[in-house]
Amino acid sequence: MTNAQPALSVWAFQKRNGFTLDVTFESDSSLTALFGPSGAGKTSVLNVIAGVNRPDKGRITVAGNVLTDTEKHIFVPPHLRRVGFVFQDAQLFPHLTVEQNIRFGQWFRRGEKNALPQDVIVGVLGIGHLLKRRPATLSGGEKHRVAMARALLSSPRILLMDEPLSGLDDARRSEIMSLIERVRDEFAVPMVFVTHNLEEVRRLASRVIRITDGHVTAVGTPAEVLGA
Amino acid sequence: MLEFSPEEWTAIELSLRVATAGTLFGLPIALFFAYALARWRFPGKVILDGFLHLPLVLPPVVTGYFLLLTFGRQGFIGKELYDLFGFTFAFRWTGAALACGVMGFPLMLRAIRLSLEAIDRRLEAAASTLGANAWWTFLLVTLPLALPGVLVGAILCFAKALGEFGATITFVSNIPGETQTIPSAIYTYTQVPGGEGQALRLAGVSVVIAMLALIVSEVLNRRIQKRIAVFE
Repeated sequence: MTNAQPALSVWAFQKRNGFTLDVTFESDSSLTALFGPSGAGKTSVLNVIAGVNRPDKGRITVAGNVLTDTEKHIFVPPHLRRVGFVFQDAQLFPHLTVEQNIRFGQWFRRGEKNALPQDVIVGVLGIGHLLKRRPATLSGGEKHRVAMARALLSSPRILLMDEPLSGLDDARRSEIMSLIERVRDEFAVPMVFVTHNLEEVRRLASRVIRITDGHVTAVGTPAEVLGA
Repeated sequence: MLEFSPEEWTAIELSLRVATAGTLFGLPIALFFAYALARWRFPGKVILDGFLHLPLVLPPVVTGYFLLLTFGRQGFIGKELYDLFGFTFAFRWTGAALACGVMGFPLMLRAIRLSLEAIDRRLEAAASTLGANAWWTFLLVTLPLALPGVLVGAILCFAKALGEFGATITFVSNIPGETQTIPSAIYTYTQVPGGEGQALRLAGVSVVIAMLALIVSEVLNRRIQKRIAVFE
């Protein structure tokens, strides 16, 4: 239908606490990496896409839907954006079980016809044995997997992940990386993930947006941006 | 010694009724203002904050006097209430509940506000990206996480209300069966010869009720904490 438009296009400008974020990029890739050093503004970009922050000036479209357009005074509130967000520290609801957590977003989209089936997501992410547990009893890797399931079950048009692999040991890292690849291949939800890790970019991303000091300094394939 | 007279029973029953009503009516109001103070930015916030905490620092008699000026039969709100609905706080147990609720309000407000401020705002952001609007987010995430604070606040308010004396006696006087709560009754018994036994019994009752309230709050709080499991 509106596939002529890129899956994601971002223009955002905001000044906050002496830090200026000024980024413009587009991506049609199934897996886009926002790559750059800590403090470069990568997470701010995700917050602006998800509508958690309102930029001073900007225009955000996802799959042809305008979510933010400051010139036209458009700001779709986050709960209507259908942008899935996997937070850096998962942000699971501590008072709910894993199952209640992953059904949270599903419940708000219960009219959705093309919703991804819960048992498939639970199976792919391997969290079936955790459903009755509470988040406080989970390990870091388990929390990330539950957070991904929760976001995917809310039928997002795009999935944002903030450093989904940080704070995990090597074994867990490569496990989650394969899961991200499976999710990319099986669920056809475009993903944007934030990282400062070269290996993750090389292995996962088909398009890289390099962000330094709040500005986009390079855009391209991993080989183009990082060198072979 | 442990046989209560009908007047004493009346005072005990009235105290519990007054404290419960004052706390329950104050609770939604405290929730609203605690949320506003914790989350919103608006002009005059410092002044509102100070105003809501006034009953904590003013002499209770002054608070009672202001209530009399406002909600008494000739008060600027009390008169309207009576003319419009035939309802009055003056010299009624409802007035005692109002006085107790107002006196306990700052304690409740403070506890709820602190627990709201302790909640990670990104949990609320997570709820909104999952499709929950502001109301659902409050109901499903914010309120359950603030529940221990709400509970502690309510118990504190209830305990404070049980012990309230100055504002109540100033606002609605000391009428047995209508506004004579346990503290007013104790005061009355200490003013008459031979009332020491009665005063002592009611004092004992106060201690028992206060202890029970604290234990109940502690047990409930532990249960909630276990469910929330933030500290595991």
